[in-house]
Amino acid sequence: MNDAIGFLSGALLLLGSFLIFTGALGVLRFPDTLSRMHAAGVTETLATTLLLMGLMLLAGWSLVLLKLIMILLFILFTSPTSSHALAKAVWRHQEHETKGGRHD
Amino acid sequence: MLFATAIGIVLSRDLIAVVMLTGIYGFLSASFFVLMDAVDVAFTEAAVGAGISPLLMLLTLAMVGRKEQANRSRNFFALMLVTITGALLIIGTFGMPEFGSANAPAHTHVAPRYIEQSGAEIGIPNIVTSVLASYRGFDTFGEVAVIFTAGIGVLSLLMLKPAPSQVPLSNGARHHTVLRIVSKILIPPILLFALYVQFHGDYGPGGGFQAGVIFAAGIILYTMFFGVDVAQQVVSSAVLRVLAAFGVLLYGSVGLVSMLNGGEFLNYSVLAENPLTGQHIGILVIELGVGITVAAVMVMIFYCFAGQQSKQVEAEE
Amino acid sequence: MTLLMSHYNYWIVVALMMVGFFIVIAQGNLVKKIVGLNIFQTSVFILYISAGKIHGGSAPILNDSISVYSNPLPHVLILTAIVVGIATTALGLALVIRINKAYGTIEESEIQQRDHSC
Repeated sequence: MNDAIGFLSGALLLLGSFLIFTGALGVLRFPDTLSRMHAAGVTETLATTLLLMGLMLLAGWSLVLLKLIMILLFILFTSPTSSHALAKAVWRHQEHETKGGRHD
Repeated sequence: MLFATAIGIVLSRDLIAVVMLTGIYGFLSASFFVLMDAVDVAFTEAAVGAGISPLLMLLTLAMVGRKEQANRSRNFFALMLVTITGALLIIGTFGMPEFGSANAPAHTHVAPRYIEQSGAEIGIPNIVTSVLASYRGFDTFGEVAVIFTAGIGVLSLLMLKPAPSQVPLSNGARHHTVLRIVSKILIPPILLFALYVQFHGDYGPGGGFQAGVIFAAGIILYTMFFGVDVAQQVVSSAVLRVLAAFGVLLYGSVGLVSMLNGGEFLNYSVLAENPLTGQHIGILVIELGVGITVAAVMVMIFYCFAGQQSKQVEAEE
Repeated sequence: MTLLMSHYNYWIVVALMMVGFFIVIAQGNLVKKIVGLNIFQTSVFILYISAGKIHGGSAPILNDSISVYSNPLPHVLILTAIVVGIATTALGLALVIRINKAYGTIEESEIQQRDHSC
């Protein structure tokens, strides 16, 4: 049973790291700001969730598990929100440029 | 990785990219501190170097512009100076003790006494808090005074806008519905977490500074989405000034009460019947003073910086 | 190369310190100078914290199951230093804003020109 948990958490951690790596690759290689943000935001949230779940399996039933759950909730709230804020700022900046608006 | 980030900061011409790299640099330093077993320091560096510092820099950039001009004339001389100084410093490091050895002079004189005696004399598990708040409490008093002075300095340079007499429409954030809702959900847990860190500083990493910074971050989040005017209705600048001074006063008055009870300045053992209880009370009260001052000064500095920007927008209109 | 393995933390610190030093003296933009100062300060923190680490030690929080603790004294010093650093950074940035209002620019060469010409 312990071996299965260790194996599963190792697999989750590896998968999370791989997703972060592909997200970083996407940020470097996509041509446009918005598509880069898509790569960064989506993979970041999912990868962090997987990493935290892997750590939770290792922690067992303890106070550390509760803290990890709270961290997970916080990241689930804030990471999509920050992607949304960035995307909105980029979209409005592009709108300004196409309308010939204020350049700063 | 730290070195790569630093080189990136040197070479980049876009100042917003520089600020982002500074945030990454602060975060990498915080991870490094965790690897070095310095959890309190990592906490503070993460809150300050990756949170408040890039925030203030971005606020400054919003007012001064984001591009930097090329300046090649002095680079060669500076590079020579830097290389010579670096070489001299590296020669100096050959006499330093090995990394991680337990016999280095830093570990053999005062530190073992603190590690061994702190549990018996003060009774709280976090040795860093016990040294910071009790054994070296006077230095921490000076530190709170420094924060307060910085707040006064920023106040004198960039004046605070007085709170408006009636509640204005929240003009800044009407379009940002998602952000407003999420921030309304997140701010109470952030403030609660700040209180947790404040009072849990005896048992784990934490304490007054980190708690003050996190509390200020919660209020700054509120200010960012609802406008400085609305936020000043909630936490007005007059209250902040009083609170900043109150924290320092609290700290000093603990010292004075100790003197009135017959001990020296900031000797907590005389505050109660049992010296251990006296230490606990003393540490609790001064950490509270530190947290109050740090939170008030950080929010005050943010109000000053943000008020400048709205003044500039008004002047342009 | 046991010398490299045992002293590499100091050399990393020296490298970072030199990068910060270079930014302060060579770059003309005032905000970047403040950033360089920050890099310098952080490298000094790394020096102290790495000097305080003991191999096999743990964080200095008393626990019955741990016998070797890393040295808590540098942590105390650096905690104070970080907070003082943010105080000076905030004050420096406020000064930059005022300079920008007074001179209209934050490039050091332009400020000197306008200062001499007034």
